[in-house]
Amino acid sequence: MENNRTVGTPLSRLEGKLKVTGAAKYAGEYNVENLLYGYVVNSTITTGKILTIDSSVALALEGVVEVITHENRPKLPWFDLFYADMDAPPGTVFKPLYNDEIVYNGQPIALVLANDFETARYASTLVKVSYKSEEFQTCLDDHIDKARDAKKGMATMLKPPPPSPTGDFEKDYARAPVKVDSTYQHGTEHHNPIELFATTTIFEGDGKLTIYDKTQGTINSQFYVANIFGLHYKDVRVLAPYVGGAFGSGLRPQYQLFLCVMAAMHLKRNVRVTLDRAQMFTFGHRPPNVQRLRFASEVNGRLTAISHQAISETSRFEDYTEVVSTWSHKLYPAPNTLFEYKLVPLDVYTPVDMRAPGGSTAMHAIECIMDELSYKLDIDPVELRLINYTDTDPSTGKPYTSKELRQCYLKAAEQFGWEKRNPKPGSMKRGNKLVGYGMATGIWDAFQFPSRIEMVLDKSGRVTVNNAVTDIGTGTLTVMTQIAADELGIPIDMVTFSYGDSRKPFSMFQGGSAMTASTGSAIIVAAKLLKKKLFKIAKSMKNSSLAGVSEEELSLKNGGIAGINGSWVSFADLVIHNKKPIRIKKMTMPNMLKLKKYSLGTHSAAFVEVEVDQQLKTITVSRAVSAVAAGKIINPKTARSQVLGSMVWGISKALYEETIMDAKLGKYMNPNLGEYHIPVHADIGELEVIFADEKDDMINELGSKGVGEIGLVAMPAAIANAIFHATGKRINKLPIHFDELFESEGYTPLMA
Amino acid sequence: MNDFEFQQSATTEEAIRSVSQNENAFFLAGGTNLLDLWKYDITHPALLVDINHIDASDGITEKQDGGIQISATLSNARTAYHSIIEERYPLLSKAILAGASAQIRNMATNGGNLIQRTRCYYFYDPHLPCNKREPGSGCSAIEGYNRIHAILGASDCCIAVFPSDMCVALAALDAVVNVQGPAGERSIPFADFHRLPGDTPDIDNNLSHGELITSIDLPPEGYAQHYSYLKLRDRHSYAFALVSVATGLALDGNRISSARIALGGVAHKPWRSVDAEDFLKGKPATEESFSTAADIILKGAKGYKYNNFKIELAKKAIIRNCLMALDPASQVPGAGPSR
Repeated sequence: MENNRTVGTPLSRLEGKLKVTGAAKYAGEYNVENLLYGYVVNSTITTGKILTIDSSVALALEGVVEVITHENRPKLPWFDLFYADMDAPPGTVFKPLYNDEIVYNGQPIALVLANDFETARYASTLVKVSYKSEEFQTCLDDHIDKARDAKKGMATMLKPPPPSPTGDFEKDYARAPVKVDSTYQHGTEHHNPIELFATTTIFEGDGKLTIYDKTQGTINSQFYVANIFGLHYKDVRVLAPYVGGAFGSGLRPQYQLFLCVMAAMHLKRNVRVTLDRAQMFTFGHRPPNVQRLRFASEVNGRLTAISHQAISETSRFEDYTEVVSTWSHKLYPAPNTLFEYKLVPLDVYTPVDMRAPGGSTAMHAIECIMDELSYKLDIDPVELRLINYTDTDPSTGKPYTSKELRQCYLKAAEQFGWEKRNPKPGSMKRGNKLVGYGMATGIWDAFQFPSRIEMVLDKSGRVTVNNAVTDIGTGTLTVMTQIAADELGIPIDMVTFSYGDSRKPFSMFQGGSAMTASTGSAIIVAAKLLKKKLFKIAKSMKNSSLAGVSEEELSLKNGGIAGINGSWVSFADLVIHNKKPIRIKKMTMPNMLKLKKYSLGTHSAAFVEVEVDQQLKTITVSRAVSAVAAGKIINPKTARSQVLGSMVWGISKALYEETIMDAKLGKYMNPNLGEYHIPVHADIGELEVIFADEKDDMINELGSKGVGEIGLVAMPAAIANAIFHATGKRINKLPIHFDELFESEGYTPLMA
Repeated sequence: MNDFEFQQSATTEEAIRSVSQNENAFFLAGGTNLLDLWKYDITHPALLVDINHIDASDGITEKQDGGIQISATLSNARTAYHSIIEERYPLLSKAILAGASAQIRNMATNGGNLIQRTRCYYFYDPHLPCNKREPGSGCSAIEGYNRIHAILGASDCCIAVFPSDMCVALAALDAVVNVQGPAGERSIPFADFHRLPGDTPDIDNNLSHGELITSIDLPPEGYAQHYSYLKLRDRHSYAFALVSVATGLALDGNRISSARIALGGVAHKPWRSVDAEDFLKGKPATEESFSTAADIILKGAKGYKYNNFKIELAKKAIIRNCLMALDPASQVPGAGPSR
């Protein structure tokens, strides 16, 4: 059993074949006996009350078993706290089918249950509802004046409000020789993972449920269900072995889980509820926002005053927040700062984190205003970043555990060919296209969450690593298997990473680019403990060649324990000697004591080339280079895929993706993948990913930071800056439609 | 999905008889739009008559006048890649390949392409007013989000656009639609096939219930020397046209002897201007001539809050596409602007 280290090698996804051959089963694909199919009826008004809801025609349809509405639903707890999930923002959690009140368009108002999906879907169109409509406000642009501070709560811990002002911003801004005042605007976006939200609930009896749920956190769904339906935690098992993308939408339990479990409990049947694509637009989304930035510098380019004021949408019932206005000061030092973050509650569902929430929003604005400033200063955009470069976090004064951003700028610039750029807008051409080069910086958190690992070594010498974490498509299974195999000195096929199951030891939901750092570090810590236990057993084996050898002389090798004199005992023999599998459990938390002296962050730089047709103004991102500094890269292949996917998303955010709100109707008008534009192959040019060499012994046991989101953060600004370079026009509203390059005035700021 | 009857017809006559006897019956060919409409709760067929197994020509045949006849049940993909189309009517091939996705083009038929319905957001939401879906209920798009809507030939009742790319080329090529119905056969010039919305936007075209498109004729002139299709949209593939242009030119030296220009994405039907085409006759094939022609085509164009840009876009697109037609090799895959 030869073992080569696999960490740092581009191992293909272990479950890849299962996924591409259709063998991997998703939440809505578990076929159990006597399954009932639920289809959700959604409100067609935006706010008001349900006057009548008539299910009789639907119920008369052959195959329809039940229609559950607020009028006939089983008794539910009224106390809000029972509905609060681990990611609930401050406020009152939405309670489906709770009463006759309609608080947003598309709100679930009934669940039709039938013997097959098609019948349930058809019957849903036969449920007759009459409403009393009330006035509503759904369009952020029209209600900017209602902005207020966000309420504080548990979520504030991960998403602190902006820091207090420093110095005297207004005074310095008035004085400063060079300044820019710009406003940026983003539309609503919906996550749209290809796997639709679905739950299959198996009614086991005796108060027990087995639930296949589309979620980023099996334990989060388990707690949610147990709390609401009054079940013991141990009796609710939530599984999510495969998740077909989620991007944040699965951080909170969504209403199909609630409705599916409610129906299963009510009818004592196995039930599945699958949402359709249009219904994927009836829960969380990335909120629209307006940001006003004012940056001022000396003539040498050193920033002296920075202000970032952000206004974002939330629902009437919860204060969803993002970290938006804080980011510029985590990158750029300036003595005078003013940051604000406010919310406008509207008649929409509560937003939820979407890939690089807040960061991608903020960095678009920050890096565009830096570009604008570089033109006012007549300093190269990369040079301006380097003039304001710092290894410490200006907002806290603490050093970063590691920050190889300079390397990102330089490597990506060289690979891209930035030196060929003529800074004059509209000066570079290729055929009939204007060519634009743009760049931007990316920064993202480097979170680590608590994680508990169980390791079991059995008599075949195989190690099973148990943890409740999901793999939302990022490569978690593969990466965790690599880490465990290397730590235990065995090949990857001797490791089983068993995950996606709420019965396994604790994991937070998978989000914030935190799982490699969290679960991976916990595996390292657990492996050390297992090693210790194995050494102890080895030394206690009377007839073994390792008997009495000191621990320092022992090491893990080739699926066994080796002494320095060539002696070796296999794991299998250790287990036989132990008479039962050898098992350890270990909880790992971030080392706050050590880390509180530091700031944590992942960094990137993106360089983008666009081509803009001289007459028609059509825009193509012809190529892009991203350099990412994220500590040790465990698997260069899955990590690269994460960054590539993020870069594509960045192109999408800059040019394509937007949910259209019809303000008169209070309704999203393009709830399908035909009209909600995400990039197709024809939209994507050449993409390159570079990983900076970044050694970080401080941040966690693994020395690794997440790469799930950082690749997105810098892209939108780099694209907008490249479009400016090509055309001389700054379009500060995303997504940028090519026809906006026609208008001489461009976008009219709302907050100016 | 409501209960429905399904019937496979062996002959065209049988299919027409079945459909004409049931006012809620539909012919089923590729089904690429019909099934969407059904799932969206817009259409609820009581009877589907499958015409995919009818024993009729499903190819392309040469006609005595030098033109060709294209079967209505031939798929869009097989039409686009057919050697006769590629060689003699490349404009049609390019237009088809600019539409939908490879998968949809494989399923969709030529007949079905002509009778696909608008992609107006408001039409697809059964809970909103829409004169096309429910006559008299009003139009939500006129004061709504109308980026994709009409700038030409719209009415106070409806500003929806017809979404086909293929039909823009067929309009430019002066195709003739052959139909067969309970009352026999007839041929409809392409310009008369689709309708403007007027006060009956619920009626997309001049087919009667029970009439089946059997084939499409193309005249001998295919403009294979000087042609181009340009499609401008919000992403580079798999999106409907904001503006598309089909151009066919016949040249005598540097002078235009005959011109065809049709626009897509701007009206309730493919848009052609006889005046503009007449104007170009005998004119030099220059940007200036095309610019004047564009002004003539766009006479009376009216924008709404979110689609005003289409007027300027259409003008630029017409000029560019006519210039591209002078050098068809300048066309790029995906019907984007020449490089």
